[in-house]
Amino acid sequence: MLMEYVWAFLIGGLLCAIGQVMIDLTRLTPARILTSYVVAGVILGGLGWYQPIVDLAGGGATVPLTGFGNLLAKGVREAVDQNGILGAFMGGFTNAAVGLAAAVFFGLLAALIFKSGSKINET
Amino acid sequence: MNISNQEYSELAKRISPPSAMYKTIPMAFVIGGGICVIGEALMNLYQYMGVGIDQAGMWTSMTLIFLSALLTGLKLYDRIAQHAGAGTLVPITGFANSVVSPALDFKSEGFVLGLGAKMFVIAGPVIVYGISASIIYGIIYYISTLF
Repeated sequence: MLMEYVWAFLIGGLLCAIGQVMIDLTRLTPARILTSYVVAGVILGGLGWYQPIVDLAGGGATVPLTGFGNLLAKGVREAVDQNGILGAFMGGFTNAAVGLAAAVFFGLLAALIFKSGSKINET
Repeated sequence: MNISNQEYSELAKRISPPSAMYKTIPMAFVIGGGICVIGEALMNLYQYMGVGIDQAGMWTSMTLIFLSALLTGLKLYDRIAQHAGAGTLVPITGFANSVVSPALDFKSEGFVLGLGAKMFVIAGPVIVYGISASIIYGIIYYISTLF
């Protein structure tokens, strides 16, 4: 029970530390980091290499965006099993649906409710 | 002063303070790991409440995205991010932050082309390349099932 959280912390921390190394050494923008993490997750998930990490680290592997990529690959695989080639165009959005919808909807709510002006100098 | 782009970037590199990697990397590790531990705890909580493992994952994502949107709206997320770097970027909360933050900042430019469009300034490329990669994988996987 405790080890599960230790692994989640270690693997999740490691994935973030790798991102930080990329930022510090290459000055990659956040958009590029997030994009490469998702694509890396799709590739690792497709090769079947990501699921063992999920089994070990749980949230440590599913919370980082590589986990989102893995989820896309998993969705596509299941959809292809059921619907053939059409599934390649279905599974990604099916599995991403909750995350994308939540980000859009809560994003809209937050933008409507809160005042803008995170830049202090603006006011 | 007449200098080429390359010379300029070298100059900028030399003048700008070197990011203290002995500080940034442990911070990213600890805060990123911490967010993942919260995710793991939520996952267990939802499963304890009797939700299946796949749906528990979705509930966990939704909860983390909600919390990130709330903290972004309260200007707390970006304050943590200043210290955490990739620790708050790489988790799904960072993705949510990348949606909420520009939506909030560009609200003043209108609800359609400001809030609505700028929301996807970072999430857009993530979706474009993530979904496309998954489609390519799906086609390869489909072909592999034929044999």
